[in-house]
Amino acid sequence: MYDIIVQNPFSAALVALVSLSIIFGAILGYAAVKFKVEGDPIVEQLDKLLPQTQCGQCGYPGCKPYAQAIADGDAINKCPPGGQTTINAIADLLDVEAPTLDAEHGEESEVRTVAYIRENECIGCTKCIQACPVDAILGAAKLMHTVIASECTGCDLCVEPCPVDCIDMLPVEKGLSDWKWGLPPTVEEQILTINPKDIIASDHQQVEGNNSKDSDDSREKTA
Amino acid sequence: MQEFAVILISTILVNNFVLVQFLGLCPFMGVSSKLETAIGMAGATTFVLTLAAMSSYMVNSWILIPLNLEYLKTISFILVIAVVVQFTKMFIEKSSPLLYRVLGVFLPLITTNCAVLGVALQNTTKAHTFSESTLYGFGAAIGFSLVLILFSAMRERLAVADVPTPFKGAAIGMITAGLMSLAFMGFSGLV
Repeated sequence: MYDIIVQNPFSAALVALVSLSIIFGAILGYAAVKFKVEGDPIVEQLDKLLPQTQCGQCGYPGCKPYAQAIADGDAINKCPPGGQTTINAIADLLDVEAPTLDAEHGEESEVRTVAYIRENECIGCTKCIQACPVDAILGAAKLMHTVIASECTGCDLCVEPCPVDCIDMLPVEKGLSDWKWGLPPTVEEQILTINPKDIIASDHQQVEGNNSKDSDDSREKTA
Repeated sequence: MQEFAVILISTILVNNFVLVQFLGLCPFMGVSSKLETAIGMAGATTFVLTLAAMSSYMVNSWILIPLNLEYLKTISFILVIAVVVQFTKMFIEKSSPLLYRVLGVFLPLITTNCAVLGVALQNTTKAHTFSESTLYGFGAAIGFSLVLILFSAMRERLAVADVPTPFKGAAIGMITAGLMSLAFMGFSGLV
């Protein structure tokens, strides 16, 4: 049997390639089971970068669904609460260019805000409670509602449904308890702030020199 | 022992696969714009090259030569390389999702990295033994990694340099690669 296979070049080639393919297929099949990835780990990483306001301004029901959508190829600039910082962080993670915030989904607010219900105007309709994505509004039907300030993410979603417009978005004042030093610039930022002309000698300097000479000449002429 | 050292020096410096034999130029230009990506790619390619050199030697000497099928070596080496790359891809996807994301399309493209097939084929023409083949593959991978990392470090510097407009981007990269190649020519005659 072995002799027949070896002596006939066609059957030898066939047997060799088929057996190679079967062996490699078995190795890959085993590896596929052994190194199976549960879920998509990139979604978890994206979800950590998103601000977790669960505000839905991106058009998805929360931060996790939006993280999933980004992993599936959606645009990364749909998160107004996170703003440019979040976009840059996601762009860095995915190794893509960082776009600016998509204005269609809202504008980035400069200061963090928190909802405040003017309690003597509240009629107790519970519409804001249903709108709140993080359950930060406390109250019952026909009773006054109030906002748990530490839970409120400032997403504005409760302002729209209120029939008597008694909800204000107030800026959170910076107190001694939440003030902190800004981060020092990273090495890359430090490099970018250096003018390239200061590092490498170039013909630009000569051109500038000529320009100043010309302007000197013209000044002399005018004088 | 001495001949092993000779193989290592010759593959890393004298006959560097990228700059002297001009194999594997696509990842050399493609993945070298960021140092971190270049280091990841260098690690993945080192793994693939060494493993592919070993397994192609085994396939060649245990299956193809006994059956007088040396003419099938190109196609079977391509098969071996594709399997090793696929295995590496699964391994990286499991162990480092970030590196997997960063390497992106270049990871499956190691399959078509000509340096990998080049090492396997040169091993058969030079009639290397198993340990020599492994070392040859490993040396080639170290040479590739060295050049890739050096080049990416230079390109990071070039990104902030004051380059004349017509040479910006890929053009100055090509010129830099040419100059590096010239520099590596200086090693010829070392071994």
